[in-house]
Amino acid sequence: MRELMARRRRAGVPADLWIKCRKCGAMHYRPEFEAGLRVCTQCEYHDRLSAGQRLDLLLDDPSSFEEMNVGVVSADPLGFSRPSGSYPDRLEKARAATGRSEAVVCGVGEIQGHSVAVGIMEFGFIGGSMGGVVGERITRLFELSYDDCLPLVIVTASGGARQDEGLFALMQMVKTTAAAVRLRKARVPFIVVMADPTLAGVTASFASLADVIVGEPGATIRFAGSRVVQGTLSRRARAEDHTSEWVLRHGMIDMVVPRRDQRRTIGRLIELLASGRETACVHPADSAAALSV
Amino acid sequence: MLEFERELDELRDRIVGLEASGNVDLTPDADRQIALLRLELDARTADVFSKLTPWQRVQLARHRDRPHVLDFIDRMVDGFLELHGDRLHGDDMAIVGGMGTIDGRRVVVVGHQKGRGTRQNVERNFGMAHPEGYRKAVRMFELAERFRIPVLTLLDTPGASPAVEDEERGQSWAISESMAVMVRLKTPIVAVVIGEGGSGGALAMGVADRVMMLENAIYSVASPEAAASIIWRDSSFAEHAAQALGLTSDALYEAELIDKVIVEPAGGAHRDYDGAASNLKAAVVDGLDELASITTERLVEARYAKFRAMSAHVEQPQEAENSR
Repeated sequence: MRELMARRRRAGVPADLWIKCRKCGAMHYRPEFEAGLRVCTQCEYHDRLSAGQRLDLLLDDPSSFEEMNVGVVSADPLGFSRPSGSYPDRLEKARAATGRSEAVVCGVGEIQGHSVAVGIMEFGFIGGSMGGVVGERITRLFELSYDDCLPLVIVTASGGARQDEGLFALMQMVKTTAAAVRLRKARVPFIVVMADPTLAGVTASFASLADVIVGEPGATIRFAGSRVVQGTLSRRARAEDHTSEWVLRHGMIDMVVPRRDQRRTIGRLIELLASGRETACVHPADSAAALSV
Repeated sequence: MLEFERELDELRDRIVGLEASGNVDLTPDADRQIALLRLELDARTADVFSKLTPWQRVQLARHRDRPHVLDFIDRMVDGFLELHGDRLHGDDMAIVGGMGTIDGRRVVVVGHQKGRGTRQNVERNFGMAHPEGYRKAVRMFELAERFRIPVLTLLDTPGASPAVEDEERGQSWAISESMAVMVRLKTPIVAVVIGEGGSGGALAMGVADRVMMLENAIYSVASPEAAASIIWRDSSFAEHAAQALGLTSDALYEAELIDKVIVEPAGGAHRDYDGAASNLKAAVVDGLDELASITTERLVEARYAKFRAMSAHVEQPQEAENSR
């Protein structure tokens, strides 16, 4: 391996053609690593994916995916500033770094032949944090799913509520929770894939209300971020205490599914949940009744 | 005692001193002096409390002597019967709940209970609820719904308990389920932040038709210390964070995230429990009476619309709709 790298270096191949597994340290040839869905062939570690890579992984025909609500963008309700820059500056940097307008990408696509509403959180965009825009876009996705009886698949990767928007961000937990509750009443399947990491305000709102919750291998899934725990309890939690496998063992999610099997598994779940005539999508007379039936 | 309360306390001490010295027969001169000092105390109190910084509000919200949930229940709920347990795991002492009447109106009251002193604080886990606490709250919400009793929640917590055991028992799941139940609950709900409204741990019981705050309470996306450790990677920046987060009652009323600010007695709720409780009770009674005339369908619909409208986004013309 080292020899191969040295040879490539001599041949003028840039070093970033190689990528090191963040868990076991194994070196992978980047094109092969990407082709293998960023899963380490040595230790099965699932490295983080961008929203675009997620869409490629999950959708039958990623090229036909249409992103919705890209015009819903952040206001700066508090005039917030961090040492690393003002909030609008940080948003601008995040846009440049990810090529995304916000921390979630929503639209409609097909999974195993089923038309589905899809939401993918982009961790690269300010830690996938949920502020007003993520809350609004996800709520609209729930509403689309409800209105058009489209099964809903959301992949979560988020540090939680976006601090820069203060209580506005926290309230997105209620907003998305309410939308999830409303969807339950319409009997439209709602599936969540919890990717690394799924934390705090996202774990503790719409994500944990899915009909079926799938964890990605090794993903960190928890309520309290380690920095917060350290600040509050003056001790550090062990990383291995809060993985997909750990929350599965404690009864909080339904299954842990490797990346390569996710499309097939999600397709099968939708098929089982949505195919029977007696369980087909129902719309109570109006939206208010949807909550009170 | 807080730093900014010191000069007020010195005035109070002087008044008490004068009163004690002339205990038996107060001379006209001492009498006049006391009256003047009282006027000065009132004026200084009004001045200090009109210029509180967000961080000073945080300190007041956490004041050692601040009235807690049971102090308010004692003063405003008649014939309160406390109920216990989540029927699944245990009885979380960080959450208290039960039934009683407020001026003849039946009500189910649920709140975060902090302790005073080390022993009580350990017993109450500093008001940080475990998952079984939120499940206990949900049980009471559903009880209220079955018997058509309005719900009053009193929020006062630094945040939900973040220990490994809480993760094991599904803290996130308990919180989201509590919100989910409140969203569709077919009975009126009034929520009041009486002290610390700490993040998801407070919000779990904060989904209501009327959301109110006591004047010196705070309500925040994260505790100032947590926000500081997230943003500055150092919890000692808490004062900065308090300033930046917009967590005071007036700021949140301005932002239309809460419906009402309940005035506290001069010098803060901790100086006058009865006065604070009487203001809280009046606001709660108003809220409950307003909600009593609304049909449950309307109520649930309006509650959905209320939180649906809470946003911080702008809508731009969409030129790149089809980009992937």
